[in-house]
Amino acid sequence: MHNKSLSELSLLLRQRECSSVEMTRYFLDRIENDNRLLNSFITVTPDVALRQAKVADERIQSGNAETLTGIPLAHKDIFCTQGVKTSCGSKMLDNFIAPYNATVVEKCQAAGMIMLGKTNMDEFAMGSSNETSYYGPVKNPWDTKTVPGGSSGGSAAAVSARLTPIATGTDTGGSIRQPAAFCGITGLKPTYGLVSRYGMIAFASSLDQGGPLGHSAEDVALLLNVIAGFDARDSTSLNHPKEDYTKHLNDNLAGLKIGLPKEYFSEGLDPEVFKVLEAARSELEKAGATLHEIHLPHTELAVPIYYIIAPAECSSNLSRYDGVRFGHRCNNPSDLTDLYKRSRAEGFGAEVKRRIMIGTYALSAGYYDAYYLKAQKIRRLIRDDFVAAFKQVDVILGPTTATTAFKIDEKVDDPIAMYLSDIYTISVNLAGLPAISIPAGFVNQQPVGLQLIGNYLNEAQLLNVAHQYQQRTDWLMQNPLGIAG
Amino acid sequence: MTYETVIGLEIHAQLATKSKIFSSASTTYGASPNTQACAVDLGLPGVLPVLNEQVVRMAAKFGLAIGAKVAPRSVFARKNYFYPDLPKGYQISQYELPIVGSGEVQIEVDGEEKTIGVTRAHLEEDAGKSLHGDFQGLSGIDLNRAGTPLLEIVSEPDMRSPKEAVAYMKKMHSLVRYLEICDGNMQEGSFRCDANISMRPQGQKELGTRTELKNLNSFRFVERALDFEIERQIDVLESGAQVIQETRLYDADKNETRPMRTKEEANDYRYFPDPDLLPLIIEPEFLEEIKVELPELPDDKKHRFMQEYDLSLYDASVLTVRRELADYFEETLKASGSEANLCANWVRGDLTALLNKNNLDIIETKVTAAELAGLLRRITDKTISGKIAKKVFDAMWNGEGDADTIIEKRGLKQVTDIGAIENIVDEVLANNPKQLNDYRNGKEKLFGFFVGQVMKASKGKANPQQVNALLKKKL
Repeated sequence: MHNKSLSELSLLLRQRECSSVEMTRYFLDRIENDNRLLNSFITVTPDVALRQAKVADERIQSGNAETLTGIPLAHKDIFCTQGVKTSCGSKMLDNFIAPYNATVVEKCQAAGMIMLGKTNMDEFAMGSSNETSYYGPVKNPWDTKTVPGGSSGGSAAAVSARLTPIATGTDTGGSIRQPAAFCGITGLKPTYGLVSRYGMIAFASSLDQGGPLGHSAEDVALLLNVIAGFDARDSTSLNHPKEDYTKHLNDNLAGLKIGLPKEYFSEGLDPEVFKVLEAARSELEKAGATLHEIHLPHTELAVPIYYIIAPAECSSNLSRYDGVRFGHRCNNPSDLTDLYKRSRAEGFGAEVKRRIMIGTYALSAGYYDAYYLKAQKIRRLIRDDFVAAFKQVDVILGPTTATTAFKIDEKVDDPIAMYLSDIYTISVNLAGLPAISIPAGFVNQQPVGLQLIGNYLNEAQLLNVAHQYQQRTDWLMQNPLGIAG
Repeated sequence: MTYETVIGLEIHAQLATKSKIFSSASTTYGASPNTQACAVDLGLPGVLPVLNEQVVRMAAKFGLAIGAKVAPRSVFARKNYFYPDLPKGYQISQYELPIVGSGEVQIEVDGEEKTIGVTRAHLEEDAGKSLHGDFQGLSGIDLNRAGTPLLEIVSEPDMRSPKEAVAYMKKMHSLVRYLEICDGNMQEGSFRCDANISMRPQGQKELGTRTELKNLNSFRFVERALDFEIERQIDVLESGAQVIQETRLYDADKNETRPMRTKEEANDYRYFPDPDLLPLIIEPEFLEEIKVELPELPDDKKHRFMQEYDLSLYDASVLTVRRELADYFEETLKASGSEANLCANWVRGDLTALLNKNNLDIIETKVTAAELAGLLRRITDKTISGKIAKKVFDAMWNGEGDADTIIEKRGLKQVTDIGAIENIVDEVLANNPKQLNDYRNGKEKLFGFFVGQVMKASKGKANPQQVNALLKKKL
């Protein structure tokens, strides 16, 4: 059952070959057996899941079911879930039971989906390896000595090991796409504003975007159908008409213009990964697409300005964790300053503290113009690069990451090396564009991700290209050895 | 040395919306602690602000009323600092691009009009309140006020005396109530101000070092605190020392200001545009819509009263401080058909005195405009004298009925029968032979004595003009 697509699971339920309760139990058992090894969940919620499954079964019987009614999923622990611990991977929120549901959670619930639990993640989504989590690192199902990527590493690992059919994640600088690439699954970061940020714990508000992680483009499209849409509670939400993202999956790729940024296929890209991408390019050419070299001249500035803008926003967003109203509070504070200092010193991990300090510095009087303001101007140039590129091509193809998954502990003491592992994904967040990472092959039995970047609100086209590629290849059929069997 | 005082005010007007600036929680004052704070006001993880459109309308109204440019694009920024009653660790405010640009208002001090510049006005959210006491040595926090919309109105340093500062503050108080954007309740903190004050030698152009005074929650405190601070700063300067740039707290009980924090201790607020809110775009059509809703403003009304009713600047100013008072005056005038000055005297004199004495607002008056008009009609047609009218008015206030009923019931109708008055005059003259004799021997001051005696004997009902005429003839 765990190898089935969402459509196949949906069919099982509707044809009453399996109830939602049975399906839910099946995945809960898989989590029970394999999560200890992977550490991909922070909280498993069997009671909530089985209760929801029962309701879903009634709904299916009454004939009011939607496509995904009764199908289990996992939420990244960054989404607030009413009555369930929402830790954001931090000691700071280890005691936080959210009193409300995030819009994404609400929408999944309304569609009748079943929440299996909350997945592990880098603390406050700050990290590219899942090693900054207060709950310990997640292991990559393809090789448990390597990282699953981050920050949505728990979701990626859980989907990859088929502990859940699909999961939600968030992407601020690559946090959906990079773990999807490392874990050999499909992950979509939608256009900024397509998925509501309400109830999604903020890291860097102008970059954060929720999205789906699944096996195939089709699965991802089905979940996007559920979670996308305008939300009056999020002022940055786009008032874009509802779309069916599965509608164009089977469109022909003849005449499709694919751009290959010169800057993405240059120094720094692992030659083996390059070979895998070359093969994927040819496959798409065979499907009728044409390839065009393009330029994104400001690419090299993306990482440095990201590490000004994201920490600046995070330094402010994380001010609310002060030990006063919720979250971790130090014991016996001697006065207010002591309460602030110790609660935050104890509650936050090293990477979060590093970013709060960088951001506080960048926003300080006398430095603001030189750092934050300048970074915003360069951000505009990066966006303009893409706008110009999309006048020539329909989608842009490149690597998701320069290498396959690295070893646990390999980069943990070298923040710069860690930051550079997001070099191909960060520009997309700065520009607010949609992008998808799909499995494209293997290097030494480790999955390689291919990234497709689309124009604003062109998710349907990205999914179409991804789906057509997946129809012509069998990477999706391969499962991590020993685990997903 | 003589010094010139330079004052600028920052007024915080709480906008009279039903819900908060970025959430749907109620703004009603006085609810039990933390019952009017929703997830957004509490700054829970994951929540986001959504701007209340009413707040924008109100700020735009204010901008138009002071002749300022309402910005087609303004930006909300985060002001970052830690404080227990600031739930998010930042206040959402406007910094570089406020909604209202520069404008001006007219004030009057000692019969002179003066223009005071307004630098800007911007929108922001209020913080909560820290409660001390009753918590076993700890502090309590009430977040009901967190997220209440404020319009911060920043003046130019155009005021030269505490009196001018108070006049400006009163003018703004009047304006925001005319516009119905703020209830102006100073006790509840709906309208409050901070003052920046500095001294400079007369004739010097550069401004002196300023201090900022906080906690000025009444007109009286503004004046007193500034008076105190002028003395203090002059003392410092005269002693050869420098005024330190600092924030000072006014203590009304001790009538003094004392330092809160110096410039060095000031926070670096790390302002930056709030990424959770898009820039606020105001279309010209929106402004046109609001222009239509604007009422006649205090200055326009004042000038109209002076022209149309021939009132003095003073009367016109007093009557137009509040829209409701001005309306009351005009209603009374129309219904009574009396002379405008008579009506003005009654409204800003007797009526206002009773309102103040009973601590009532004009909208709570016990004598309606129609009722006062009834009384004025009886003064105009000489049924009663002005003096008797005051008694009738008191009775009306106490709910004894309308003017005619009271005049009738108490028999207060003015005696205009010449024969009856003559009888009284004769009687008074007969009863006071000594005074009569003195008068006739040249002590003309006694005329008033006889008038008083006659009025007294008639219980005030005799027509004073007739009494005068008769007495002159008989004496």
